[in-house]
Amino acid sequence: MNIRNVDVLIVGGGPAGLAAAAELHRQGVTDILICEREKQPGGILRQCIHDGFGLTRFGESMSGPEYADRFIREVKEAGIPLITNASVTDITKDRLVTVVTPEGLLKVQARAVVLAMGCRERTRGALAIPGERPAGVYTAGVAQAYMNLYNRMPAKEAVILGSGDIGMIMARRLTLEGVKVKAVYEIMPYAAGLPRNVEQCLNDYGIPLYLSHTVTEIHGDHRLTAVTVSAVDEHLKPIPGTEEKIPCDTLILSVGLLPENELSLGAGVTLDPRTRGAEVSEYYETDVPGIFSAGNVLHVHDLVDFVSMEAEKLARSVTRYLADGLPACGIAVTCDRSVNHTVPMRLSGTEDVMLSLRVSRPGRDVTVRVTQGGREVAAKKMKKALPAEMIQLVLKAEKITGTEDLEVTVS
Amino acid sequence: MGVLYDAIVIGGGVVGSAIARELTRYRLNCAVLEKNADVCYETSGRNTGVCHGGFAYDIGSLKGRFCVEGNRLMGDLADELGFSFERCGKVLVGFTEWDYNRLLEVIKQGEALGATGLRMIDKEELHRLIPAVEGEFAMLSENSGIIDPFGLTIAYAENAAENGCRYFLDHEVTAIAREGENWKITAGGEEFVTRWVINAAGLSCGKISEMLGIPGYRMIYSKDDYIILDERMGKLVPMPIYTVPSNLYMGIHVTRTTDGNVLLGPSAEDTMNNSWYGVEQKNIDMLYDEAMKIWPHVKRGDYIRTYSGILPKWTDENGRIQDFKIEILDDIAPHAVNLVGIESPGLTASTPIARYVLELMKAREDLQENPDFNPVRQASVRFAKLPEEEQARLIEEDPNWGELVCRCQKVTKAEILRAIHNPLGVNTMVGVKYRTRAMMGRCQGGYCQMRIEQMLEEELGLAPEEVDFNRRNAPALFGKVRDDA
Repeated sequence: MNIRNVDVLIVGGGPAGLAAAAELHRQGVTDILICEREKQPGGILRQCIHDGFGLTRFGESMSGPEYADRFIREVKEAGIPLITNASVTDITKDRLVTVVTPEGLLKVQARAVVLAMGCRERTRGALAIPGERPAGVYTAGVAQAYMNLYNRMPAKEAVILGSGDIGMIMARRLTLEGVKVKAVYEIMPYAAGLPRNVEQCLNDYGIPLYLSHTVTEIHGDHRLTAVTVSAVDEHLKPIPGTEEKIPCDTLILSVGLLPENELSLGAGVTLDPRTRGAEVSEYYETDVPGIFSAGNVLHVHDLVDFVSMEAEKLARSVTRYLADGLPACGIAVTCDRSVNHTVPMRLSGTEDVMLSLRVSRPGRDVTVRVTQGGREVAAKKMKKALPAEMIQLVLKAEKITGTEDLEVTVS
Repeated sequence: MGVLYDAIVIGGGVVGSAIARELTRYRLNCAVLEKNADVCYETSGRNTGVCHGGFAYDIGSLKGRFCVEGNRLMGDLADELGFSFERCGKVLVGFTEWDYNRLLEVIKQGEALGATGLRMIDKEELHRLIPAVEGEFAMLSENSGIIDPFGLTIAYAENAAENGCRYFLDHEVTAIAREGENWKITAGGEEFVTRWVINAAGLSCGKISEMLGIPGYRMIYSKDDYIILDERMGKLVPMPIYTVPSNLYMGIHVTRTTDGNVLLGPSAEDTMNNSWYGVEQKNIDMLYDEAMKIWPHVKRGDYIRTYSGILPKWTDENGRIQDFKIEILDDIAPHAVNLVGIESPGLTASTPIARYVLELMKAREDLQENPDFNPVRQASVRFAKLPEEEQARLIEEDPNWGELVCRCQKVTKAEILRAIHNPLGVNTMVGVKYRTRAMMGRCQGGYCQMRIEQMLEEELGLAPEEVDFNRRNAPALFGKVRDDA
């Protein structure tokens, strides 16, 4: 089998992969190959026909396909090779990549590999929701794909479990197509998705949101006939006696996204237990030299704008890596329970770094504090901090000294 | 009058389909009536998939005899029929002196049944075989193994169909009557006339038995809930791990499927309901706790899904579970082979059971061998398991091999197409899943199910609302969002 050589192989032609490719090209790296498993590039944006994309990156509101199209056009105009219908099935730690395509099995040796596979949805099985297994249990993304890409109606009367952004957007989308969305149930005492989606997708359409509630049983031996919902206590355990059986034909799940890192694991990349994405340096390099990761495969983002911007930063790092290598990153970033996760997890201490993080629970008038050996490196005061929103702050290089760990807390 | 069949099998599960395959060894015009849209939708597809060693049954029982025989046959059967089978062995782990003595009894019982390769192993050997297990000692059954239960059932059915047996899916039997020298069976609104009838209805065996005029079987059902874990955990379960059995119950076990997933279960609860497959929270919690005692590696993050299965058992008036019943009552129901209470180890014992059925028939009628019978079925090709050179060759032959439809299990379009055009005419989404493993991975069809639905529409000319998820009248979708422009 012939082995093709490239400077950079990008796994995934979604928002992260496209933005990385475009920026690499601007930086003068042109020997690139993007492998996209779908028939068209664009990733999950293709099915996101609602608007609100691009406000941060481009200062205007676009639909998902419009947002993707900006990058697709740039990639095409730059003549960056992009193969679709091409599934990467293996990456070695030496960056030999196997790609399955209808044109044949490709072997590509890359100097750098960019992991941009995005994320997948948590399923009913992963939650182990009790009950029967009828037709009509869909994740929000699957329901969205059926409606927006395949012109297929997944529901007539739906209940939604989980108040993730896609779940709320689907509540509105289903309602607009005549589906009766009975309610959204959220196990936590606060909404999982963005406040603007609670307003624009639920409140504006009169769809009730029940906090501290979950689905405790699924009914139906053919198509789904009903779900039982229960209130939960402060330990998230269902409270006996609060069960209510709600007739419906569809249960839509919006219960979390998981970075899709099976290929990364195969390449020997260490994952962070908090993000479930790769453990990366400030240059978005994983612990396997030459393998980089950005976007939702690294950590789940709230806005695609940040995905693109992260991938663009990654591209600049890859450019440096190819030209003259990257500084060592020996300073670990740690956090306590008040912080859900941070990215990156290792720093060089030689240059300013943007730290991304999410809080573990909602808070008011909180301060995000980054310290090193008790000294404050950076702090950000916030009127409101929500787990649904990514927080970013800049760490100045001159404030970081020695190799001691940095600690991130929210109080 | 329409066709006169020589033999009709009621129930296309693993036992019914094994019988159908044995029938096609003879010059018999035969058919299978299956109430579901596929052949492994009840007990045959909802179990642990263990090829039992044959030591857990009463001495002199058919269960013991057929299990030992079926275990011996399984390797050859797998070669002929092309389903996944591994003779990986199995352990029963113990902790106490009582456990030790009980295991010695199990060995003695197994040897009396004709099982071989049974021996006690010490802690050191146990942990050499399975580093991740708990236990002070164990009984090793070298000949036990694991089977792909969907693969086995489908292989029997497809081989039977290829050898001329007709499969009528969605044909639930609603009435049986004696008509002269023949049986008239009403199923799915159609009438079938046959000289022989074989009751292999599994969970409905009691009901069919009564329709044949053989009343009096007390049925009880054992419902088993299971948890399935991610296939990356499979390497920690090189062989099934059981606890020490009591006389009545095998205990919670931790097993591996032939595809590497880990199974925790069963919960084993007696019920009178033979059709409710709901998994209960209390069982999910219990399975976690019990499995952790022998295999402390269960993590919630590795849950893929849960499922449940039901075993049909018949009991005496004191509630004691009885042996397999396989009978012909010439006076009451001539030319009717009645199988009752075919529960575990039915999967392992399926071919010996089928051969016994044929023996009973041959004792009453000369059967002519079918010279055209072909025992070999072409195994379906699993792209993901092939060496790269072979993968490259297939793609060159047909580009559909180069299009991955299911990312988790790496199932290609070519495999999905073969499954859609299966010889039984199964046309559900779960039918594709059972035949290819698409949608069985960690994303549970999040990536591929839309494509599979679309391919079912296109390949079979179905409207969107006609594509059923698992059972007939279980639509996946409600038509289109917009009419096509």
